[in-house]
Amino acid sequence: MGEFNVHRVRFFDYMPSAIRALAFQPQRERIAVARTDGTVEIFNRADCFFQEKVIPGRQQAATEALAWVGDRLFSAGLNGEIIEYDLDNNKTKYTIDAYGGPIWSITSNKQGTHLAVGCEDGTVKLFEVHEDRIQFERNLAKQKGRIISLSWHPSGSKIVAGMMDVIHIFDTETGQSVQRLLVDRGVGTSRSQECVVWSVVYLSDGTIISGDSAGKVKMWDSRTGTLIKSHQVTKWDVLTLSVSQDETSLAVGTSEGHVVQFQFLSMVLGQEDKEWVRTRTFKNHTHDVRAVLEVNTAIVSGGMDTQFVVRPLLDKIDERGQASALRNIQFPHRRLVSCARKAGLLLFQYPGHLELWRYYSNGEEHICCSAVSPCGGWIAYSTVASFRLYRLHCENNNVSIIKVSKLPKVLSSANQICFSSDSSHLFVASTLLIFYLPSSSQGSGQAINLLAASEDGKWLASANSDHEVQIYNLNKMKPHCTVPVHSSGVSAMAIHPTTNNLFMVHADQQLTEYSVEKKQYTDWSRQVQRHGLHSLWLERDTPVTNVTFNPKNPAHIVLHDMYMFCIIDQTLPLPDQRSQFYNQLTLRSMPEKERKKHSHAFKMCKIFKELLFVELMEDQSLVVVERPLMDITAQLPAPVRQKKFAT
Amino acid sequence: MVEESGIRVVRCGGNKISFRAPIISKDSRFLLCASGDLVKVFSTSTEECVHVLEGHTGQVTGVILNPTNHLQVYSCSADGTIRLWDFIDGILIKIFVCGWPIFSIYVSEKHVGIAFITIHMESKKHGENFQLVALHLPKVPEQEVEAREMSAVLCNISSNPGSTAMGRGGEYVASVMGRQLTVYFFKKLKTYRFSLKATDKKGAKNAFTCVACHPKDDCIATGHEDGKIRLWRNFNQKKEYTYSTQHWHHDAVGTLCFTTEGMHLLSGGVESVLVQWHCEEVNKKDFLPRLGGAISHICVSPDGQMYSTSHLDNKINIIHCSLKLSAVIQGLVKGNIWTDLMIDPRTRALVMNGRPGHLQFYSLQQDKQLYSLDIVQQEYINQEGLDQFEVMRAAFSVGGTWLATVEERGRCTSDLESSLKLWVYNEKAQSFELNTTITAAHQDRIMHMCFSPSTETTMLVTTAWDNQFKVWLLGLDSDTQKEHASWSCDYVGSYHGLQPTNCCFSSDGSLLAVSFKEVVTIWSSDTWELLTTLCQPPGPIRELCFGRLSCSKYLLGTTAKNLFCWNLLTCSLEWSTPMDVCLLRSDPLSENVVAFSLHSGNTDLFVFRPSEPRPLFTQKAVCGGKVQRCVFSPREEPLDSCDERFQWLNRSRLYFLTELMELLTFSTKAEDERILNSRKQLLVDDSVAVTPFYLLLGKHRQQQEEKQNSGVSQAADRVQPPQASVAIKELLHTPAHVLPAASFLCSMFVNSLLISNTGSREGKEPAEQVEESEKEEDDSEEEMETHDYEQEVRTQGSVEEAPPLLSKAEEKELRRVRKTDFSWVTNLASS
Repeated sequence: MGEFNVHRVRFFDYMPSAIRALAFQPQRERIAVARTDGTVEIFNRADCFFQEKVIPGRQQAATEALAWVGDRLFSAGLNGEIIEYDLDNNKTKYTIDAYGGPIWSITSNKQGTHLAVGCEDGTVKLFEVHEDRIQFERNLAKQKGRIISLSWHPSGSKIVAGMMDVIHIFDTETGQSVQRLLVDRGVGTSRSQECVVWSVVYLSDGTIISGDSAGKVKMWDSRTGTLIKSHQVTKWDVLTLSVSQDETSLAVGTSEGHVVQFQFLSMVLGQEDKEWVRTRTFKNHTHDVRAVLEVNTAIVSGGMDTQFVVRPLLDKIDERGQASALRNIQFPHRRLVSCARKAGLLLFQYPGHLELWRYYSNGEEHICCSAVSPCGGWIAYSTVASFRLYRLHCENNNVSIIKVSKLPKVLSSANQICFSSDSSHLFVASTLLIFYLPSSSQGSGQAINLLAASEDGKWLASANSDHEVQIYNLNKMKPHCTVPVHSSGVSAMAIHPTTNNLFMVHADQQLTEYSVEKKQYTDWSRQVQRHGLHSLWLERDTPVTNVTFNPKNPAHIVLHDMYMFCIIDQTLPLPDQRSQFYNQLTLRSMPEKERKKHSHAFKMCKIFKELLFVELMEDQSLVVVERPLMDITAQLPAPVRQKKFAT
Repeated sequence: MVEESGIRVVRCGGNKISFRAPIISKDSRFLLCASGDLVKVFSTSTEECVHVLEGHTGQVTGVILNPTNHLQVYSCSADGTIRLWDFIDGILIKIFVCGWPIFSIYVSEKHVGIAFITIHMESKKHGENFQLVALHLPKVPEQEVEAREMSAVLCNISSNPGSTAMGRGGEYVASVMGRQLTVYFFKKLKTYRFSLKATDKKGAKNAFTCVACHPKDDCIATGHEDGKIRLWRNFNQKKEYTYSTQHWHHDAVGTLCFTTEGMHLLSGGVESVLVQWHCEEVNKKDFLPRLGGAISHICVSPDGQMYSTSHLDNKINIIHCSLKLSAVIQGLVKGNIWTDLMIDPRTRALVMNGRPGHLQFYSLQQDKQLYSLDIVQQEYINQEGLDQFEVMRAAFSVGGTWLATVEERGRCTSDLESSLKLWVYNEKAQSFELNTTITAAHQDRIMHMCFSPSTETTMLVTTAWDNQFKVWLLGLDSDTQKEHASWSCDYVGSYHGLQPTNCCFSSDGSLLAVSFKEVVTIWSSDTWELLTTLCQPPGPIRELCFGRLSCSKYLLGTTAKNLFCWNLLTCSLEWSTPMDVCLLRSDPLSENVVAFSLHSGNTDLFVFRPSEPRPLFTQKAVCGGKVQRCVFSPREEPLDSCDERFQWLNRSRLYFLTELMELLTFSTKAEDERILNSRKQLLVDDSVAVTPFYLLLGKHRQQQEEKQNSGVSQAADRVQPPQASVAIKELLHTPAHVLPAASFLCSMFVNSLLISNTGSREGKEPAEQVEESEKEEDDSEEEMETHDYEQEVRTQGSVEEAPPLLSKAEEKELRRVRKTDFSWVTNLASS
């Protein structure tokens, strides 16, 4: 696999922000994740939890809750606004002020006709969902104190609201409060503090489940307004609840970082009367679990420690495979680093600024993409609202940046930016594909999330979140062909500099190679499909985020994901299912002759810490951008104190 | 082991009572536990052994209440029989002969006439595989029945009774083995198996250790090696089963038990903490710590009022359900024994290592621990691999006034810490008190020590590996006060830099023999002058022992090959005989010396007198393996055996400890008969069923009535000694919380204590009265108060029942009693 000079880069202080809310769309199996910086990410459950879309946030836009209405996604935050997102273009569609002060929660009813919003001023506001907008309908009876949490009864006729020290049940027809459930405060010092009902769930059989700041999960009978059972789950707060679709399982997130599962079980086998019984505890988080979701076969949770954890429920899964593996998503499934190969520059993309040698700062809107040209002379970036291009002069440590004005109007914002290899062209993609410098544009339905230009400047490939990959002929300025759609999204792709083959890595870890000129899969790609990949390769839980090629050896492809980087040698045979996958150490101990027999195409390297970017420079040196998770956890606030045994 | 000669080796007490889980009778009055091949019935309130159910010929491996009759109990044994007993009267009702060694027994109300027993897998009779079979107990009138009809239920189970449990109402049976839980449903005849993954990244040991089933719900609790407890539910499904995990124990969970109603789960392990988990609130738990050794079994009484925990140090604690310790049944602790067996000259109790860091005083007559003396006085930490102080040596002085102990730490490592402690018996406190602590008395380990038997001086000699022996004297230090007489070193002796091994005083204390490898040196204890040396190579001296009484001129020594006897008057070898003596011990009350010799795996016993090289008594193959320790215990009343061969047993009994930690002794035919006779007299008093109030008040009233009827004089009534008073007995044996007010009992108690020698007391009275006249004012006030109170009590009592009216004569007596001077009682109490 060769030896490289390695430039270990550890000065990219990438800091993901905490997860605040999760929402699941069962029909299309999408999970929406809201972060504290206002970013909303869409994960595809069916596609190995691949991060399909990222809608960048803004400063001072603290999203508190998310709600799906059919395919439409709404969010509400403490700035008092309700936002609907345009998921095709990865941006905000419109914003409505609810006029009730900060909004703590938003939920939709099962029928998809109404949205309920819980406000600081003690009102529950109902919004009617129209085709293109939402319309305020009315307020439910105003209560004293803020509405922290909301849940609709599946029939849509009742709504339960969790407040301070009290839970109210409203009739949505009359708008009146029909029950008032008093919640006990904690014992000891917390007796003087109000008990916050952080989360409520209304089940179809009339049971209300509440989680509160006294650390209790309580089951109530909504008809009589009586407490059925109380479980002390934690000494601290119960922050979030989520019930499975069939209402047999309940996930509880606590501020200790534990996720506790409750199950609706019959106490005597074979009998009908069931009870909620605490069963499993998952300890995957170090900090508060702010959001939790029961997704059929898994429990998804996220919190202050910025991790997105998918914990599979093994009793619901039939066979071992990708679905039964614990997933821990820490880094975005896209590149945050761009590299000027010729000039040897690195550009780091932060939410609020770019860094190149020194930092370069920006306004209040978050950056969605950025790029640096291979020659190092240009920097381009885009926020949701605007696109900027800069001319960069580096002479003897003097960096000067000149903003290029007079950009065409069509360049309002971009999802992906790419420079051609000779830096003469800039490719900018939103839903339209724009070739700047010789200006031209092409359109498609979904937002493009990946671009790849060929070395000779002839071809450009684009991939969108519908898994479609288009190839354009730049000489003729028109589409060349469409790559057959694979079931899984493309997580990284690149066009080979010499053969002009498009090499794609998918979210389900499949590898495909497509010959642009012949408009068909290459032989190697077909061989991979026939032979199948090694199970250890398929069981990795982070997608490949960058593909580059070795300029010295055209048969070598360099890939990396969060935990490893890998060189695929296309001349060597593919590994058998039985053969040892990580075989470098064994190979080294073997004599030269035998080595050949045992070696296979995949050469893995795991010596680095968590990787954000790997690029092979022209002089055969390897640039590795590491971001150790230890550094991220070190920057997090201190977790709640827990007594550990023998300390 | 019965020999025709009329003497036999018997196991004497000290059996393990914590081998299997005990059971508590339905009314919580009795606790039954397996102890060797007996079943012992203890009273839960008095801790006394009420009955011994004798009959099994092998180790009893399980006791369980008959589900159809709560006054009967089944016991199973390794001898292949199940016996049904009436434990109230101690009567054997039935014997079911199964034929296979039985390892545990389970019954349920649902399966009448069926006992589930654990036996070997039939294919491999002595293998490690066991199976659970349902044994049909035939209903026939004969006492002894063959029970052969059995059907297999579960195969490949553990022989440990805690790893199998009957489920709710006998619907299913759950068993754990290794990493697998097996549940068998009787109705559906279906087996479900659940396995845990062996591979855990953190190297967790998640093998199962024990199992318990909820009595009302379908919930199985399992304990694991890493200290976790899992609660399984929905286990009638292959895939959708679920469990929750609780973790408190830091080491393997020893045992689990649900309470009768299923409100709580009890667990215990090596931490010796009883943990009570609330089934409704899984996070809530209560603890009862510091119970003793590791908890091996927990059992709950059928009414849920009592728990009992069995501990590895041969102890059963009876615990009230409010987690208050109510009684302790302590057997002989047989852990690591480093000290010799000793007899405490005062109590005639056997003294040896008990709980870690303690010496136990065990009454062999009552088969009961008298008390445990904390030597180390440090908290024992239940954790493996910790090097903690242990009592290594102990010795009593002749009268039992002084006790010397040696404790050590760091034997395995190089840094040895040891200290010699000297304890004095405090007559007032009736226990030993620490007098002197000498840290690092020697440079190295102390190997042997003995007190001088002479009555004039109190002297202790220690020998150690640092090539020295030291003589310690109780000295009255002139500088300090008189009370603080402490021990100090008087003389340090050595001989050519050799390592001393044994030391021994002659019976008058004038000579000290110390053996240095092959050489025996004789020292004068007055001048510490080396008188002579005796040497008989080859081989170092192992044991050294002076003859007693008429044979005190002889010194006995053993090497690996020979037994020597020297005459100290001539300083020459009297006789020697080639034999490998592993243990030599002289009887303090006679000339007899006993020697144990290991011969082809068995130990032979020889009894002889030093004066003649001819054994008085020999017994081949006393026991298998090497005898570890032995001791002569003086009898309370000497036997008068006419047979010459057994005369050596007349004055003392010989106890010895085998390799398997069994305490054995010799018993003669006459003794056996006497014991049998005395057992017959022991019948349970009917009154046990009556409430303590009745016992205290009702009985006393009865006596009063009798007294009135018969007109017995008061003096005669008071003749009875305090111990015999029923009132006191009941008073002492009744839990304090059910007793009436102390003031009410006081007069009764004091009354019973009075000794009737009126003459002497009356003589004393006037003088004392003068002395106490100043205090009389106070006293009279108090009297008034008590008097009022008594009247109150009396009026209260009259509402419900006839008050215990006092006759005139009694009132008179009472008044007289009140006037009597009780200051001697306070003196007694304060002393």
